[in-house]
Amino acid sequence: MRFQGKVWKFGDNISTDLMMPGSKVLARPGISDKEAAQFCMEANRPGWAQQVTPGDIIIAGRNFGCGSSRPAARMLKALGIACVVADSVSRLFFRNSIHIGFPVLLCPGVSQAFEEGDVAEVDVESGRVRNLTRGVELQAEALPKDSPPYQILMAGGLDNYLKARLAQGRRAS
Amino acid sequence: MGATMGEKILARASGRPQVKPGEYIWARVDGTAVIGARNLRARLRALGIERVWDPERVYVTEDHLAPPPSVDAANGAVEMRKFVKEFGITHFFEWGRHGILHELFPHHGYVSPGDFIASIDSHSTSYGCFNVASCPINEELPLVLATGEVWLRVPESVRFILTGRLPGPDQFVVGKDVILHIAGTYGTDVALYKSVEFVGPGVASISMAGRFSMANMGIEIGAKFAIFPCDEQTLDYLKGKMRREPRPVSPDPDAHYSATYTVDLTHLPPYVALPHDPGNSVPVVQVARERIKIDQAFIGSCTNGRMEDFRMAARILKGRQVHPDVRLICTPASQAIWKQCMEEGIWQVLAEAGALITSSTCGPCPGLHMGVLGDGEVCISSSNRNFQGRMGSPKAFVYLANPATVAASAVTGYITDPREFL
Repeated sequence: MRFQGKVWKFGDNISTDLMMPGSKVLARPGISDKEAAQFCMEANRPGWAQQVTPGDIIIAGRNFGCGSSRPAARMLKALGIACVVADSVSRLFFRNSIHIGFPVLLCPGVSQAFEEGDVAEVDVESGRVRNLTRGVELQAEALPKDSPPYQILMAGGLDNYLKARLAQGRRAS
Repeated sequence: MGATMGEKILARASGRPQVKPGEYIWARVDGTAVIGARNLRARLRALGIERVWDPERVYVTEDHLAPPPSVDAANGAVEMRKFVKEFGITHFFEWGRHGILHELFPHHGYVSPGDFIASIDSHSTSYGCFNVASCPINEELPLVLATGEVWLRVPESVRFILTGRLPGPDQFVVGKDVILHIAGTYGTDVALYKSVEFVGPGVASISMAGRFSMANMGIEIGAKFAIFPCDEQTLDYLKGKMRREPRPVSPDPDAHYSATYTVDLTHLPPYVALPHDPGNSVPVVQVARERIKIDQAFIGSCTNGRMEDFRMAARILKGRQVHPDVRLICTPASQAIWKQCMEEGIWQVLAEAGALITSSTCGPCPGLHMGVLGDGEVCISSSNRNFQGRMGSPKAFVYLANPATVAASAVTGYITDPREFL
């Protein structure tokens, strides 16, 4: 799983309220991900959702995805964001991302190594993160290959993983 | 080496003699919850899941949009009721007998000390006040419902040793102020992906309502679990409510904590978090002289919508009026609290002061209904988050504080130290 894409930079403490505003999205339980994603980052970066092109990559600061457990990773996925690499990531956002097959990498220092508009190359399996514009290379935490999050991510998300597991009719352990 | 409270509970739940931080485990949950199940039934059906692993351990209600303000929200609740019927769920709470899940479910046997809970909604860290290792989940709900299991990476533990004595509700300094102080002093990522354990002689001076607020806002400092020890107060509170025998845990003397912080509770003042982050917290006295005018005051949410909270508010509002430029919205965390407020005459006091009293809902806290903010408005709220856009307009400003500070500010019209009303 390797991506190359244009970088959007975000700062520290980007909450899931910013990605998926309650008054615009949670208040409408029937809204589709595609429609809801149009409100993503509307408060902090109006018009951003409309500028994203599929394959773009988010590089962020500390505590990305803090706050609510709402499925905000779906907004980024629906916009076509390939992956997120951040200095640190909230636990809930990380889990929600893995479970929909959306790669999120923890890479302390990454926010210092990129400017907006740089081109990033991210190898999810090895955790190698390169800034192709500046020729810088960093190492993100790579998920152990035998860990559930790695297997779920590689299956393309929980639903695929669970379907296979239930079909085998056995208890995972 | 000894184990922390979180490690002991995870060892039991994963059937291992011990667990080590960083390792991946599968753990069996003691309970899980469902709210707002708009797409759940369809998703389970698509996965071929026709039964939950144990219908007795699944608790269901709709609290975020209760009752529904739109056809869309009503249709979400229609789906929820179908899920309840088709999957044979016994613990379902219809509107009128409902509440915000974290307040409601423990009253009906959802948790016992020593439990491991993986539960929907980020504020599921709340149950930690009952000596429970409880982590929020969301996307993995179908996994938990189908198998009763969840994968986890065993977290490192950090410890807050609480010393001294919290002034308490009589002095208008409560658990909310402790957690706002911690968020402001140590940062909102101090416990990122970690089990937070609140220990020490100061714990006994914090009421169950106060511990609830602290464990609840554990998520606001990044926590996976936010665990208190089990003491007499815990068991008194849960007496007659539990469905399982308590299995309390306490940390071993040689348990390993990756960090230890000490907080002296004795001289703690009321705190307020300034927009737009719970970590922007300062003592209320520091901003009181700025006379920050408010448009709305909100007492409610899973963080601070309990009896202790409304009793403090009533003490301040008795014989006084809400400021003419302010609306005070009071939303109890459950209908049981609504009823008790009525019985204790609290609603009488608040209504005479000009407050608006609603039924129980998450409501305005996540910007959904019954108190959503407009452009340029300023709100002081007893809830848990003041992120930009959280309570409605991205151009609104939310200050977080304890319910006494909210009530005092509602009277004066600007952010006020409640101790002026002692």
